[in-house]
Order: sequence, then C-alpha cells, then structure tokens
Amino acid sequence: MSNNSNYKDSSSIPPLASGGGGASSSGGGALQYLKDVFNGLKSLATGLRRTLYYFTHHKEIITEQYPENRDTLNLPERFKGEVVMPHDENNEHACTGCTACELACPNATIKIITKFDITPEGKKKKALDKFVYHLELCTMCNLCVVACPTDAIKMAQTFEHSVFDRSELTKILNKPGSKIREGIE
Amino acid sequence: MVEEIGTTPEGDIIINVGPQHPATHGVLHLVITINGETIKKVEPHLGYIHRSIEKMCESLTYRQFIYVTSRMDYLSAHINNHACALCVEKGLQIEIPSRAKVIRVIMDELTRIASHELWWGAMAMDLGAFTPFFHAFRERETINDIMEETCGARLTMNYMVPGGVMLDIHPNFQKRVKDFITLYKSKISEYDELVTGNIIFQNRMKGVGYLSPEDAISFGCTGPTAKGSGVSSDIRKLYPYEVYDQVQFDEVLETGCDSFARYMVRIREMNQSIRIIEQLIDNIPEGDFQAKTKAVLKLPKGEFYQRVETARGEFGVYIVSEGGTTPYRIKFRSPGFSNLSALDQMARGSKLGDLVAMMGTLDLVIPDIDR
Repeated sequence: MSNNSNYKDSSSIPPLASGGGGASSSGGGALQYLKDVFNGLKSLATGLRRTLYYFTHHKEIITEQYPENRDTLNLPERFKGEVVMPHDENNEHACTGCTACELACPNATIKIITKFDITPEGKKKKALDKFVYHLELCTMCNLCVVACPTDAIKMAQTFEHSVFDRSELTKILNKPGSKIREGIE
Repeated sequence: MVEEIGTTPEGDIIINVGPQHPATHGVLHLVITINGETIKKVEPHLGYIHRSIEKMCESLTYRQFIYVTSRMDYLSAHINNHACALCVEKGLQIEIPSRAKVIRVIMDELTRIASHELWWGAMAMDLGAFTPFFHAFRERETINDIMEETCGARLTMNYMVPGGVMLDIHPNFQKRVKDFITLYKSKISEYDELVTGNIIFQNRMKGVGYLSPEDAISFGCTGPTAKGSGVSSDIRKLYPYEVYDQVQFDEVLETGCDSFARYMVRIREMNQSIRIIEQLIDNIPEGDFQAKTKAVLKLPKGEFYQRVETARGEFGVYIVSEGGTTPYRIKFRSPGFSNLSALDQMARGSKLGDLVAMMGTLDLVIPDIDR
C-alpha cells in the first residue's frame, strides 16, 4: 500500500474516522489501536446485520424464476423482440412494398421483393411479393418500424430466438396468399 | 512489442492479466512487470474487441449510425446516442422541442444511475464481496424496467434520434420514475452499511491508486476519475447542453486522489442525478417529442463536434461532412481510453493485489476503449 495519499476526510464519508486504515494509522498508541479494532469489528457487524436481515425476510427477495414463470411473464408492449407483419382476419397486410424499411435498416436485415399485380382496370401495380427478414442480422433498433409510412410492420415481444440452424432465422413475414388491404396506397 | 512472458534483464518478472480474466470485466490484456509483489510497469494491450465502429459509421446514414454507438459504452448507451443526436442536430441547425430535451436529460440521468449501480456491484465483487452485486442489481433492474417500457430495450435503446426522441414517454413513465426515486432513497443507506463503512473495504481503498491532479489532467482523465483527484471536468457544468444549465446540481469533487475518493465521487454523483430527475420529472413540458426533420438527412460541408458527460467521463463525437448523406469521417473520443492510460501511473509502486481495486475504480468498459 503506497503511503503517498493526501487523503482528507470529508463530511460525506461514513463511519471509521481514522483515515489510512488500521494497519497504517500512526500515533495514539495502544488505545488508538484498540479503538481501530473495535470500529473495524463494528463496521463488519453493520454489514452482516444487513445480510442477516435479508436472510430472514424472504418476501423482500425479488428474484424472478425464469423459465418457470414463462406463462406469467409480461413484457411491455414496446419491447423490441423481432419484426413482424400483422395480418387481419382476411389475410391482408398493410405493406405496399415501398422499401422505406429496407432503406432505413442499418444492417441490410430486410429485403423486399416486389411483383406487379394487374388491377381490375387492367393497369400494372407494384405489390409486395416477399418480405424477407433476417432475424440473425437484426439489432432491434426500431428504425424500420418508425420509417414505415403505413404501419405495416411492428415489433413483437418474443425473445427466445434460439434455433438449431441459422437458416431458420431468415423469415418471410407476409403470409402465403396474403394481399394488401383495400385503401392503402 | 514487448515480451509478453518471462523476465527482464533486471530480473523482474513479466506476467499477464487477461485478456480472459474475470476482474478485467472484458477482454483487457495487461502486461505487468513486477518485482516481487511490487508493480513496476503496467502496459495495457488493446485490440481484442475492436469492431472498427468508426469506419462502420462512415457507411451508415446520419439516422443509422446512432445505434452503433450503443455498443461502445453499453452502460451509457443513452448518453452515447444523445451525443450523436446532438452532433447531427448541430450540423442540421435544428432546434428540438423542449419536451424532447427534458426527456433526454431524465433518460441520461437514469442511465448514469444504472451505470454507477452496476459499477458499485462489480467494484465490490472485485474486492471479494459478492452480496453487494445483487443489491445493486435490484435497484438497477427497476431502471431497466422503466427503460424497457418506454424505449423498448433494456441496454441498447437507440431512443435518441436526430430531432428529439424516437417515441413519446410511456404513460406510466413519470409514476415509475417517482417510485424508483422512493425506492432508491430507502436503499442507498444499505450501500454504506454493506460496503462504504466496511473496514476491509476502506483499508483496501484508502491511499491506493494515487493519481495526482496534474497527472489526471496530463493523461486526459475525465469523469469520476478526474473528479476524484479534484479536477473539475463535468461537461454538464462546463459546456452545458440541453437543460443542464437550468437545473440545480453540484459537481461532485473529492480531493483524496485515491481509489476511495473515486469511489465516493460515484456514490455522491448518483445522489446528484436523483436531484436532477426530481426537478424535471414533474415538469416535462407538453408538446412534440420530435422536431420535423427531412426523410433524408444531409449535413452541410464542415466539421462538427459535440461532447457530453457519460457515466465515465467526456464522450465526444467528431463528424466531418462532405455534404452527403453519410459522414466522411467520424471520430469518437471515449472516456475509458484516457482513463485507462493513467493506470500505469497509478499502479507503479503499489502491490499486485491492489491492481484490481484500482481498475475497479476506473470503471472500465472495454468495448468503449476498443471501438
């Protein structure tokens, strides 16, 4: 222990007034030594009292028993677990295939493949073919969700993403046979 | 390149601490020259977790690069994001709504408390006390839950965006923060009971790791490391940003220059953060949480620098723009790197067993040092 400290006791420092510690405290003789020993033991007892308090007060322990509590686990609605595309009961989504999310993504997590639909009037119209999402590249930054002009994607609260094969993490978010909801441009 | 193992011509032994060592809290590699138990030289070796973040940022747009900085000093993720957002706003010359400013400051201070809580637990664990770690995590968990509810993530939030904050605060936010303040005030005395007053702890901290104010300045130390040596370096006071010039708080300074002084700075800094939050939490102005910005951000040609005070010290973002959508060059000034450079000076002449205590009080986050 180097002795070049110019330590000054300030008012904020709790107990144990004699600075520098028991071993290096100078002066005072035997009485001071006994005082240091007493204060030292007192400080240890103070800490142990706190430990003992929690040992006897089980209700104040707040440990969560994961994974046993899976059924009751409540994650906040904003929790960013993975990107999903909500579909309604008619198997319709709100994605126009504008690629705003693809451009917003920092990691090239999203790849949008578009196709051309023929409208009843006989015109060609750009539509979403496949919304490819690479979960393994995603950092959950939420930029794609913010960028989406039609709120077609959102963050889901799932978080147990372990799989045995990496390819399982590449997902196609639009369900097979789904189409864009009426009235969304 | 130094010899990494063996003996020097003078008969001193060279040993390695790390890169895989639990007390370095990351992949820090220290090559230490010792004479018996006495440290003669400490040489940090870096590069084990280099991800070339600065270069990566050059290929990302001004909105995209912010999330990467959460991965540097992951315990001050909010504050890192904040610095980037401020720097981009400086370049765009946009004024952000006052609601966003206040939310940002509250988030920063919550992050600072969470970071210091974790440091306190880890610090006590370095010295062999395992229980405090769980006490610290109990309070920290409450902050993480608040963050999770409003920002959607516990550690890498990416909540600050150029122009304001990404989402408005959750309706429960104010209530939960107030609950946290009540909880914190009832529990902070336990910290002193368990650790601060403990004689073993005090003997291992006082007089250990002496860093004179002159050395602290010449090594470029900032944050609690410098404040423990009595060097005033709080960016929130010296170069106020957001609403820090409108709130009352004291810059915490200790004159002990040793490990214990740096310890006390952090403990007292948490109380100041609580004080700032208390002043702001009931006074969040109504209005927008984000200013209107263009879809594609383009910074004008020039150089922009913004510094903020993270839990570890001064964090700076330097952007060189050529007028395009991506930065031409980005440089981050991380507090950990400068603080680590002072370790050699602090450790010389002290015992090997005290090295861990010194490293603990520097509050090193390795991904921040090694970007």
